[in-house]
Amino acid sequence: MTRERALDVEIPFVDITKGAAAHRIPRRSDLAAFEYTYKSEITRVHTLTAMETLYEIQVLDPEERKRFSFLPGQFVMLELPGIGEAPFSITSSPLRHGAVELCIRKAGNLTDYLTKVPRGTRVGIRGPFGTSFPMERMHGENVLLVAGGLGLAPLRSAICYVQENRSRFQRVDIVYGAKEPAQLLFSYMYEVWRQDDIDLSIIVEKGGPLWKGPTGMITEQLKVILGDRDHADRALNTHAIVCGPPAMFQYVCNMLSGYGIPMQKMFVSLERRMHCGMGKCCRCNVGSTYTCLKGPVFDYWTVINLPEAI
Amino acid sequence: MLFRVFRKTELPKLFSALAARHEVIGPVETGRDRRGEPIYAFERVTDFSALRLSYSTTKLPAKRYFLPFQEDLATFRVQRGDWTKTVDYNVDRPRVFFGLHACDINALNKLDKVLTGGDHPMPYYAAKRRNMFIVGIDCEPQPQCFCRSMGADTALQGFDLFLTDIGDRYFAEILSNNAYNLLRGVHTAEPGEDEHVLYRRAVASKNEKYVAHVDTTDLAKILDMEFDSSVWKAWGEKCLGCGACAAVCPTCYCYGVEETVNIDLAGARKTKTLYSCNLVDFARVAGGHNFRPERHDRLKYRYYHKHRGFMEAYEESLCTGCGRCGETCLAGINVPEVIASVRNEGEP
Repeated sequence: MTRERALDVEIPFVDITKGAAAHRIPRRSDLAAFEYTYKSEITRVHTLTAMETLYEIQVLDPEERKRFSFLPGQFVMLELPGIGEAPFSITSSPLRHGAVELCIRKAGNLTDYLTKVPRGTRVGIRGPFGTSFPMERMHGENVLLVAGGLGLAPLRSAICYVQENRSRFQRVDIVYGAKEPAQLLFSYMYEVWRQDDIDLSIIVEKGGPLWKGPTGMITEQLKVILGDRDHADRALNTHAIVCGPPAMFQYVCNMLSGYGIPMQKMFVSLERRMHCGMGKCCRCNVGSTYTCLKGPVFDYWTVINLPEAI
Repeated sequence: MLFRVFRKTELPKLFSALAARHEVIGPVETGRDRRGEPIYAFERVTDFSALRLSYSTTKLPAKRYFLPFQEDLATFRVQRGDWTKTVDYNVDRPRVFFGLHACDINALNKLDKVLTGGDHPMPYYAAKRRNMFIVGIDCEPQPQCFCRSMGADTALQGFDLFLTDIGDRYFAEILSNNAYNLLRGVHTAEPGEDEHVLYRRAVASKNEKYVAHVDTTDLAKILDMEFDSSVWKAWGEKCLGCGACAAVCPTCYCYGVEETVNIDLAGARKTKTLYSCNLVDFARVAGGHNFRPERHDRLKYRYYHKHRGFMEAYEESLCTGCGRCGETCLAGINVPEVIASVRNEGEP
């Protein structure tokens, strides 16, 4: 009799959501944080070029807005219910909480759909994810910002930081290369940057009749900047951030290295396909690590030790 | 760890007690292959006589019960320009796994490290994992098994009860309170020196049966050194890029996420589908650039992740040595041969 009863064993159900609701906005390590979406609204749509649009996206809930902050170089997952979700670098100033600006090129299903939605559309953002440009480590030194094409998008967040903390940096250069003048992004900002004592030089591959600036590859413009003046003395005290298409990294970084900028003071932002942003889906694997966890910002020393990174 | 021994005739009682209240998953025979050998699979079992506890191995791991091929991560209600997101972890009751081999239990332990550890634990997996009751069983090494090389031939954790056949009795390792409660219902005895001898004999006879071996000495470094080796190209020539190896792998967890609009246009769902790094578009980004366009890039990557990347993060390989990928591969690519060729000890 006792045995019959004892054999009636029930394995208890463990509800992992119990206790998880103690705080409304979950911490990163909470299980509930995994699919936590900040409901947001597209508040501004600004056409930059034929292919790229700047979207301003604000978190709706006032409490969440206070909590949402990021660092330059980080990315968010932008979710359009029913359409999809994709990672985008944040392109705006980290000082502003609860809102991000994303500079998005029309390149796939989701980004194509984005060009058709009106201001006021409700979207979701998850994140921010990933590593950031270590701006504070650059205080007191020279900064060289190199962008190729759409690489200006993640870089602009760092530029905003520099503008807002201009007194903390020595010499600041931006070298920006694009295919043609019509593809130049954020052209309305160039004068503002120059007024903030940032040395901006722009080079395009194909100029056209109205183009007055230099033409050629970005490395040629870098040669002018770095070969000129007493750069060799400054190289050891220079931090560089390089953002651009995969083919650009190797040329630019090797060149900067050749001019004496230490590899651990050079930062790149890698692009990979991501489906989760949290080191689970493995789509962004690079070498032995994940772009979403250990990146997207890597120092160049790490990058050359990761096979297939660039 | 608590040890008990009990007669084999007690096992059906344990099974019935579990099956009375819970869904029990166990190895059953689902057919015969062309050589007349039985094909086993992990299926729902309600009757003890359907269980095949002396099964060789299954074609597919038990993965589909905790990492289903397709799973909804969230659903959306869309109304008047606004939407609400509902997240469901898709589990509401515990599930019993009756008769997992050590390699498959170790696969769970490895998955635990990446899916429930770190900064972003995955609730969909964690909820299912926390609600598993696992009865492990010892096995007979098959020709393709190299779990001993990978250190996955014995399970030290991650199960509730582990049974080793010592003749007319089972030698049981009890790891959880639930398993302890369960065993209180049957006649068990404290193992004595005789049973210890029988257990050691069973383990020793298992060790003698391994045929396949992988030399893992310094493997992480060698994979780095041989990253540009020509053997990868040779294996890539053979690889069909079909992703079958990932489908049968007990530890392949990579996935993709897609969203679809419901047919009534009033809702949408976000679906996670297991993926394979051998499939052509695995690393393709918007705009068309593919970071691993060649088959050999992708095949190499799978090995690199299993034996190098995971090693760096968790100091163990992600491979359990179950040999399923080699058995399934239509091109005959298998881990022992690939690793041997990378070590320059064999031809691709």
